Amino acid sequence: MSSETGSATHGQMPLKKPGSAIAHRLVLTIGPILIALILGGLILLALGVDPIKYYGYVIQRGLLSPTGIQQTLTRMAPLLFLAAGLIVAFRAGVWNLGADGQFLLAAVIAAASAPYLADFMPSWLAVIIAFVLSTAVAVIWSLVPALLRAYQGVNEIITTLMMTFLGVSLANVLVKLVFLDPSTTVPQTRTLPVADRLPRLFDTTISSGLIFGLIAIVAVHLMMTRTAFGLKLRIVGANTRAAIHSGLSVPHLTVAVFALSAGLCGMAGAIDILGVQGNVRADWNPAYGLTVIPMVFLARFNGFASIAFVLLLSVLSIGGESAARRLGVPTVFTLLLVAIVLIVLAIAEYIDHRHNQAAKA
Amino acid sequence: MVPPSASNQAEQPAIISLEGVTKRFPGVIANDSVNLEIRPGEVHVLLGENGAGKSTLIGMLSGLQQPDAGRILIDGKPTPILSPRHALSLGIGTVFQHAMLVPGLTVAENLLLGEPWWRLPKKEALREKVTALADSLGVRIDLDAVASQLSLGEQQFVEILRALLRDSRVLILDESTSMLTPSGVEELGALMRRLVERGLAIVFITHKLREAAAFGDRISVLKLGRKVSEISPERFRSVGEDELIGEIVEAMFGKQHDDPDAANRSPNIFPVETPAILSVDNLTLAPSATTPGLAGISFELRPGELLGIAGIDGNGQKQLAEVLSGQEKASGGRILLENRPIERLSVGERRDLGLRYLTDDRLGEGTVGTFAVSVNFLLKQIDHPPFWKKGIEQSGLIERHAVQLMSEYDVRAPGSQTPVGRLSGGNIQKVLLARELAGGAKVVIFNKPTYGLDLANTLAIRQRILDIAAEGKGVLLISTDLEELLGICDRIAVMDAGKLTGIVDNSPTARTDVGRLMIGLAA
Amino acid sequence: MSDLFSDVFLGALFFGAVTAAIPLLLAGLGEQMSEKAGVLNIGIEGMMIAGAYAGFLGAYYSESLWLGFATGAFGGIVVASIMVLLCVRFGLNQIVIGIGLTLGFEGLTALLHHFQFSRTYPRLPAADVTVVPYLSDIPILGPALFKHHLVVYLAVLLVFVLAFVYRRMQLGLNLQAAGDKPAALDVAGVDVVRTRAFAVFTTGALAGLGGAYLANIGAGIFVPFITNGAGFLGIVLAMLARGRPFWVLCGALLFGVCLSLTTALQVAGINIPTDVIQMIPFLAVMAMLIMFGRKSSLPAALGIPYERGAR
Repeated sequence: MSSETGSATHGQMPLKKPGSAIAHRLVLTIGPILIALILGGLILLALGVDPIKYYGYVIQRGLLSPTGIQQTLTRMAPLLFLAAGLIVAFRAGVWNLGADGQFLLAAVIAAASAPYLADFMPSWLAVIIAFVLSTAVAVIWSLVPALLRAYQGVNEIITTLMMTFLGVSLANVLVKLVFLDPSTTVPQTRTLPVADRLPRLFDTTISSGLIFGLIAIVAVHLMMTRTAFGLKLRIVGANTRAAIHSGLSVPHLTVAVFALSAGLCGMAGAIDILGVQGNVRADWNPAYGLTVIPMVFLARFNGFASIAFVLLLSVLSIGGESAARRLGVPTVFTLLLVAIVLIVLAIAEYIDHRHNQAAKA
Repeated sequence: MVPPSASNQAEQPAIISLEGVTKRFPGVIANDSVNLEIRPGEVHVLLGENGAGKSTLIGMLSGLQQPDAGRILIDGKPTPILSPRHALSLGIGTVFQHAMLVPGLTVAENLLLGEPWWRLPKKEALREKVTALADSLGVRIDLDAVASQLSLGEQQFVEILRALLRDSRVLILDESTSMLTPSGVEELGALMRRLVERGLAIVFITHKLREAAAFGDRISVLKLGRKVSEISPERFRSVGEDELIGEIVEAMFGKQHDDPDAANRSPNIFPVETPAILSVDNLTLAPSATTPGLAGISFELRPGELLGIAGIDGNGQKQLAEVLSGQEKASGGRILLENRPIERLSVGERRDLGLRYLTDDRLGEGTVGTFAVSVNFLLKQIDHPPFWKKGIEQSGLIERHAVQLMSEYDVRAPGSQTPVGRLSGGNIQKVLLARELAGGAKVVIFNKPTYGLDLANTLAIRQRILDIAAEGKGVLLISTDLEELLGICDRIAVMDAGKLTGIVDNSPTARTDVGRLMIGLAA
Repeated sequence: MSDLFSDVFLGALFFGAVTAAIPLLLAGLGEQMSEKAGVLNIGIEGMMIAGAYAGFLGAYYSESLWLGFATGAFGGIVVASIMVLLCVRFGLNQIVIGIGLTLGFEGLTALLHHFQFSRTYPRLPAADVTVVPYLSDIPILGPALFKHHLVVYLAVLLVFVLAFVYRRMQLGLNLQAAGDKPAALDVAGVDVVRTRAFAVFTTGALAGLGGAYLANIGAGIFVPFITNGAGFLGIVLAMLARGRPFWVLCGALLFGVCLSLTTALQVAGINIPTDVIQMIPFLAVMAMLIMFGRKSSLPAALGIPYERGAR
C-alpha cells in the first residue's frame, strides 16, 4: 500500500498565489483545531465541567505559568524526535506503527546502560554512549519488519504493530528480570542521578533534550525537502514503480527508511530517560507514538509545522495533567481532543477538496 | 469485406436516443450536444480519436456518469440512467475497454455477480444457460476457469456473455478490439454480426477506420466531443470500403487529409557490415505468473535505424524493454551497447552510457504525478552534478534546466512547479521525451509512445522519433499499432509469447508478412 | 512442580484460553470481513472499547448479560457508522480515521467512565454458563470447553456461518469483488458503497460484541483501556488468516492459550512475568512470517476508496 504524501487525505493542494495559499492552509489547519476545541468543550459541558474554566486552566498551567511552560518544553523533546521519525516514514510511504515499541526498548536500554556506564566513566560520556546504544537497539529492532517489507513484501502495518506488542512486553521483561535495581522494592531499573542527566537549559528546569529534538526535526525536514536522499525517499513513497523505473534500489531505501525512523523513535526514548525520567519503572508506557501521529498529519508531514503542533500537544498534556488534579477531568480528555482534531481535519480537507473540484468544473 | 445487410427492412424505432447530451469535466467539454440513435439489428460504430468523447458517452449510457444537459430517451420515453444497475435493468449491457472481471473469481462466479446478496449462487442453472448460449454462438467457455487466467479475448467474451445472460437489448463494446489479435478481431466481428441478426443493438466503439468500415452498419464520427458526421446504412451499402474510409477520414480530420497512418517515410536498408550500436544475443527472462518472460531474443540495431517491435500487447514487449533498460534482471544472454557488455550494469549506468527507455506507463511509472515538472525532468539523475552538490539540491539550476527543456520540447504547463500529473497526456509524454533524450542518448527504446495521444501530438511524437533516427541514434519502437510501425520503421520484428518470431524489412509486403507472423505463421 | 500438569491446572488453562480467545476471535472475524471488502479497519480497537463500555453499561443497568451484548454490539456499530460515513461514503484515508477513532473512543470511554463511576469499578455478577450435555463430561477438556456462556458457542458457530457465506453465498462473492475489483462489482449492478458499508457495520457489531464479552464475562468489570490492543490483535489475525475464518479461530485460540497460560502458571505458583508468555504468540507469528513470509495476498483494492467513474 503506497500512501499519498503531503496531506492527510487528498494528495493535491490547490495551486494558488503563495500568499493566499498560506492563508488557505492556515484556515484549514486552525479551523479544525477550533472546531475540535468547541466540540471538546461541549463534551465537558455535558459532563458538568465549565469548558472556559478548563481551557483557561490548561493554558494557564501548560503555557503561562513558569513551571508549566518549563514542563511543556521539556515534554516536547521526545515528542519532537518521534515526530521526526514518523515524518521520515510516512513521507516514504512506510506506515511505521511501531514507534511505541521502538521508543520503549530504547528507553529501557538507556536506563539500563547509563547508570552502569556512569560508574566508571565521566557522566557526559556515559550519556552519549547510552544514547548511541539505545538508538542502535531501536534500529536493530526495526530490521525484522524492514527486511520483511523490503524483500518479501510483507505489509508493515501488521508487522510493526506486532513488534510494538512484542517490544512493550520485552521492555517489561527486561525491567523485571534483567535490569532490575536490587536496591529498591519496586520493579524498576537503576536510576541515573539527576546530576548525571542531560544538562538543563540555563537556570530553568527545561531539559537540553529540547534543543536536540528541535535539531532532529529541522534536520529531518531539510533532509526530506532539500537533499537527493530525501527526494529518493519521497519518490519511493509517492510512486514505488516510478522509483524502480528510475533505477532506485527500493529495498535498500526501504530498509534505510525503517532504520532512520526507528532510530529517531529510539532517540526519543533515550532522550526522555537521559533527560527527564532517569529510570524505567515496570509497566511504564507513555504511548506517545500514537498521539504524535495525529500531530504529524496535522502538520502535513512538514517539520516546522510539526514543532508547533507538538508544542500544542505538550501544552494540552501538561495542562491536562494539572487540570486532572485540580478540576477532576482525567488526562484522557487530551487524547479525546487530539482524536477529534484529527477527524475534523480529515473532514475539512475533504470538504475543501470537493469545493475545489466544484470550482474547477 | 462487404457490409452485411441486416437492416434491409424498414428502420426500426430506436431503443436509445440521445438528445443534445452534454457533459463537462474540469477544463474540458467531453460531450457537446450529442444526438444519437441506437436501433435494434444494427451495429452502430462510434468512431473517434482518443479524447473525442467516446468513453464519456459510454459512461453515460452505462450509468457511470450523468449528463449535465440534454436527455436520454429509452423506447421514446425520457429516462435518466442513474447507475450501472439501472442501465442493466434497462437492457443496456457494456463491455468495457479494461476488463471488468474480478480476477480471483471463476468465470461462473463473475457471471453470477449481481444476483441478490442473500441467494445461494445457482451454478447449475447458469451452466445450462451458458452452454446453450455459447453453443448457439459457436464459442466454448470454461466456467470453472479463474478469470485472471483467461486471455483478454476470452475475458471479453465472458463479458459479452454476461450482457446476453441479462437479456440485454443493447450491447456496448468499448474499444474491444484494441487488445485482440487480427484473428481475434475477425472472430469478434463475426460474433457481432450474429448478434445483430438476433435483433440486438450493438454500439461498437473504435478508433480504427478499417474495423468501422468492416463491421458497422452505421457510423457516427465524434471529434472533440461533438458528433461531426453520421454515415447511414444506406450510404454504407452504396459505396465501397475505400471510398467510405476516405469519407470518414475527412469527417475526422477535416479537409482532404491523408490517412494519418499512411506511410510517410521510405525505409532505409542498412548493410549487414555496418557495426551495430546495440546488439542483443539470446536474451532470456523466466516467465512469471502474469508475464510470458523472454525466450532467446536476438537482434541487432544499427546507428540511424528504426526497428519496430510488433505484436499483441502482453507478449513480452514490456519485459524486453525493461530487461534492456536494466529495470528487470535478465536470466541469461548478452546486451552489447557499442560493443560493450552492459547486461550487468544498473539502470543508471546504462542510462549514462546512452541507453534510454521511454515507458508506456507515463503516470504509473514514468513520472511521479504529485511532484513538480522540474523534478520529474531529473527523476533518473537524482544526486547527479550539477543539480545536486554533495547531495544538496541546487534549486536554481534545477529550475533553469526545467524552463529550458519546457521551451525546447514545447511542454505546455502553467509553470515548472506544476505537478506533472495535472498536465495532459501529450504534455506528460513531452516531459518524458525531454528527459530521455537529454544529454548523450545513443539508443532510445520507445514503448507505445503515441498511445492515447491526440492526432497533433501523435504526429509530433512520430516526427521526433524520425528526427532521432536521422541523427544517427538507434531507435527501438515497440507498438501495438501496426500502421504506426509500417509508417515509419526500417525493419519490423514480431513478438509472440516472449519470442521474436521474425524480423522483416518494411517492404510493400510487410503488412501481410507481419500479419502472418502475428498469428503464428512463418513470413 | 508436580501439579503443573494436574487436571486442575489444565482445566483452568483451557477454560481461560477459550475466555481469552473469544474477543480476539470476534475482532478477527470482524476485521476479516472489512478487509475482504477492501476496507482496512484500524478503528476496530475503538469499536471494541466502545462495545466494552456500552456492553458493560447495558448489563450493569439492566442486570441482563444478553441486553449487555446487544448494547455492546450497538456501541460498536455507532463507531462503525462514523467509519462508514467518512471512509466508505466520503473516501477519506482509512488509516487516519482509524487511528482517530481508536484514540477518540479510548479517550471518550475512559472519560465517561470517570464521570459515571469515579474511581469505583462495580463488578457484574458471574455469568450463567450453558453446560453442553455429555460433552462436558469428558475429563479435563469437557468442563474447560463446554461450560461457557452461550455466546461462546455462538461465536464459534459464527466461524462456520462466515465460512459458508464466503464460499457459498452471493454475499461472499460481492464482498470479495468489493475488495478485489470494486469497479467490476459496480458494473455488475451491485452498489460498492453499500457492500462495503455492510462489511464495516458487521465489523462494528462483532468488535462491539467482542468488547462486551471482554468486559462482562472475561473481566466482569469495565476499566478504561480494557481492550489493551485486542482490536489490533484482531487486525493481525485477519491479515494472517487471509480470508479464511477457520484460521482466525486457530489464531485466536493460540493467542488465548498464551494469555491464559500466564494466569494459570501464577495459580500453579510459578511466577513468570506475564510479559514473557504474552510474547510467545507474537514470536510464533513473526517466526512464521520470517520463514514463510511470501507476499501476503491482501485484496487488491484494500485501503483504496471507491469512486465511480474515476480512472
